[in-house]
Amino acid sequence: MVDLPMEPSGPKPRVRLSRANIMLYGILLLVSLYYLLPLYVMVVTSLKGMPEIRMGHLFSPPMEVTFEPWVKAWSEACTGINCDGLSRGFWNSVRILIPSVLVSIGVASVSGYALTNWRFKGSETFFTILIFGAFIPYQVMIYPIVILLREAGDLVTPIAQSANPALELLGLEPFGKVRIMGSLSGLVFVHTIFGMPILTLLFRNYFASLPDELFKAARVDGAGFWGIYFRIMVPMSLPIFVVAIILQVTGIWNDFLFGVIYTKPEIYPMTVQLNNIVNSVQGVKEYNVNMAATLLTGLVPLIIYFASGKLFVRGIAAGAVKG
Amino acid sequence: MTSVSIRNLDLNFGAINVLKNLNLEIEQGEFLVLLGASGCGKSTLLNCIAGLLDISAGQIHISGRNVTWAEPSERGIGMVFQSYALYPQMTVEGNLSFGLKNQKMARAEIQERVARAAKILQIEPLLKRKPAALSGGQRQRVAIGRALVRDVDVFLFDEPLSNLDAKLRTDLRVELKRLHQQLGNTMIYVTHDQVEAMTLADRIAIMKDGIVQQLDSPEEIYLKPCNKYVADFIGSPAMNLFKGEIVTGDTPGFVANGINTGLAGYGFERPVTGGAAWMGIRPEHILLGQACEGATVQTEALVDIVEPMGSDTLLWVHSAGQQMRVRTEGQSKIKSGDRIKLGFNAAQAHLFDATSEMRL
Amino acid sequence: MSLISTETEAMHRQDRGAKKPIRLFRNLNAKVAALPMIFTALVIFIGCTLWTIYHSFTKSRLLPAPEKWVGLDQYERLWSTRRWLVSIENLVIYGACTLVLSLVIGFTLAALLDRKIRGENIFRTIILYPFALSFIVTGLVWQWILNPEFGIQSIVQSLGWERFAFDPLNNGQIVIYGILIAGIWQGSGFIMVIMLAGLRGIDQEIWKAARVDGIPAWKTYIFIVIPMMKPVFITALVMIASGIIKVYDLVVAQTSGGPGIASEVPAKYVIEKMFEAQNLGQGFAASTMMLVSVLVVLIPYIYLQLGGSRRG
Repeated sequence: MVDLPMEPSGPKPRVRLSRANIMLYGILLLVSLYYLLPLYVMVVTSLKGMPEIRMGHLFSPPMEVTFEPWVKAWSEACTGINCDGLSRGFWNSVRILIPSVLVSIGVASVSGYALTNWRFKGSETFFTILIFGAFIPYQVMIYPIVILLREAGDLVTPIAQSANPALELLGLEPFGKVRIMGSLSGLVFVHTIFGMPILTLLFRNYFASLPDELFKAARVDGAGFWGIYFRIMVPMSLPIFVVAIILQVTGIWNDFLFGVIYTKPEIYPMTVQLNNIVNSVQGVKEYNVNMAATLLTGLVPLIIYFASGKLFVRGIAAGAVKG
Repeated sequence: MTSVSIRNLDLNFGAINVLKNLNLEIEQGEFLVLLGASGCGKSTLLNCIAGLLDISAGQIHISGRNVTWAEPSERGIGMVFQSYALYPQMTVEGNLSFGLKNQKMARAEIQERVARAAKILQIEPLLKRKPAALSGGQRQRVAIGRALVRDVDVFLFDEPLSNLDAKLRTDLRVELKRLHQQLGNTMIYVTHDQVEAMTLADRIAIMKDGIVQQLDSPEEIYLKPCNKYVADFIGSPAMNLFKGEIVTGDTPGFVANGINTGLAGYGFERPVTGGAAWMGIRPEHILLGQACEGATVQTEALVDIVEPMGSDTLLWVHSAGQQMRVRTEGQSKIKSGDRIKLGFNAAQAHLFDATSEMRL
Repeated sequence: MSLISTETEAMHRQDRGAKKPIRLFRNLNAKVAALPMIFTALVIFIGCTLWTIYHSFTKSRLLPAPEKWVGLDQYERLWSTRRWLVSIENLVIYGACTLVLSLVIGFTLAALLDRKIRGENIFRTIILYPFALSFIVTGLVWQWILNPEFGIQSIVQSLGWERFAFDPLNNGQIVIYGILIAGIWQGSGFIMVIMLAGLRGIDQEIWKAARVDGIPAWKTYIFIVIPMMKPVFITALVMIASGIIKVYDLVVAQTSGGPGIASEVPAKYVIEKMFEAQNLGQGFAASTMMLVSVLVVLIPYIYLQLGGSRRG
């Protein structure tokens, strides 16, 4: 039995580079090149001087690396009469981002928690409306919201101004007319509203996957609605909060439409300012500065994407799995 | 003194009645087991007692107070869950003291109670650990401890042992019984495991379709099941059941497949009337060979299959067209294909009406 | 027995449990906490939508102004505006191509990545990264790559094909395909991720069974795997479709609707009528048409979902 050399035995010999494998990896490499190309083009263009761009072509690496376009894009590029660069848009975006992310995630996580553990009559109906509402084009709701924000400003004005005598006594500046439309708070409101369907779904599904008995045990232990939320649910759900933060930071940073409509030029987010810089018709086109500006704007979501790995995937896939 | 009293309780989920007009009186210090197959409503009932489910109608009284609409934490109950439900981010000590902190109890008293519970359950060395660092048995002790520190009258257990492996389950079962003897609290215990039910309970409530079928001591339920469902459910291997007819006469008899089995010695619960009926006999009550001499019913049977289980042996036999299970001693010499003599005493048989399925 | 609560404590709590609470106030915290959600669902999603639909039948140019009911006038005007017709035509071309290409590319890439390859994570990361970018960034990069003087066209020409012409951004006939390239580049990775999740959800024993039966891989995909992934395809379809109707920033950044009006899309038409042309009624009518096109996709989907859950 031992020496039968014709009979196969032992591990199957592996063909390292079978034809199918070469095809498979070849295709994947080509595809990767296609997807990486624009990133590469952005980087090399932003590191060249304008003369070099005019001479060479798009893909050639810079012969002389210069960071001047980056400096210019950040602090000198012009939009209209302002020539203080993209840094203004960057800080505006940061100012928009932080409250929007915090408020939208806070509100949605509490909604998801109420929907999972404290259902009441009609709560599922509201949730269904919310989910299907996510499919309504923004354009349908955009104008009525403008009116709502204006009215809300008018509504709040007398309340705020009622504090004016006290403020004057203290020597502080009194309230004038309160504007919510065109202000940061209005944009935060809009991001909270439109972030709600996907975030509520995300949190609802996550909370529903936690063992129900934990919730029951906490109730027997005498914890109430907020007690259970803060002491039990939130500490157990840190991963999903990270996913939600990734989702919202990239989403809000990348927003253009709401930024254009609900803010005014002084507080335009980075994307809006970028578009205004690159697509302005005045002056000579400085492609290297444009690409530096574009890359700068894309940097925040890119860093988050590459740093977060699978968590990003989990966030964007949340809308795709059935709730 | 009554500890827990459930009066005319109804629970509906939409159009489905999960619990139907349920009444239950549980004495102070009693160990009551709610036993039934999955979906019978036993866990639902426990959740209603705990206040985790809102009932549709009826009342619940605990320790003489009407707690029908009270919050779970206000009912004077402690609860132990199947999955232990320990808060994963808190240490054992944090788990034990969470409920007390919610009551705004003084720190010194919390420490005292935690220490006392930890001593009773012998988990003192574990207090600083997180639940993830505990074994299954240790987790279950912590879960019991969480109920213990609350200083309550009534303990509710929702299948607390079913996530443990067989050996640990036996050990903890004994410990639970010891704990009950030591504390003397009322305990309501949900399980689908009849061994747990028989060994732990003062009384067992067997449930099916949201209705308590029988509420009795384990012994009574084993010896006198009140209907066919209970008879079939309790006992492993299950009772042999034959369909036939009761004939009245000088001595009543049970006729199945043309064979009349005398019923001398059977204790009828009600006046004998004829008609279709079920007869049941437990496998362990069937006598073999020499032993069956003198039994009121005797016959011969062919052995189909022999299942040796160590401590005893299970035989699958048939006789006169009837399949039967017989339980006999562990080192039986019987082989499949043997013809054996067997018999039983009518006093140990059970008779149920064919339509109402109630005990006769 | 010290482990039993005191009588006084019990007496103290006596009356609270016996009283039936008022229905509205039960679970009050949860209801208060859900108010933002209820507000969003009722006021924004339903209220604002109905408001827009209602006003699309009026002659509002600037609000607040006396509304004059004009019936279907706005819609008649809309459908006789060349710019709107171009927008719709572009949406149809862009939509149809995006649907087909995204599904085919997304599924093919997912299937390739599912072949137990090395470096799956790296490939997935590369293919998905454009999805993390803003449409503005995407539009501007591709505007640059498709630049006729320095971009692809000039490179191919410099390689020797001197008559090669590919200048979509300045050619009204094909400009929408220039936008399509950018759109696919950004969005196909997302569809791939959905498809990959679907493929991973398929029982691995199916593959073992197919192997034992000697069925080649491509046949297994076409006849077994794809039919099993029908729900995933439907989900992907709805995702793509709802993305198509929203296309706005990409066009703004890449072409600003040009050359001329050759790459206009409905979403852009609405925004410009509302906020630049001060012609609200037109904006409302156009946005209502967008809603209608969404409903055409969504209603069968809802029907399928509800039908599916009823059977389940």
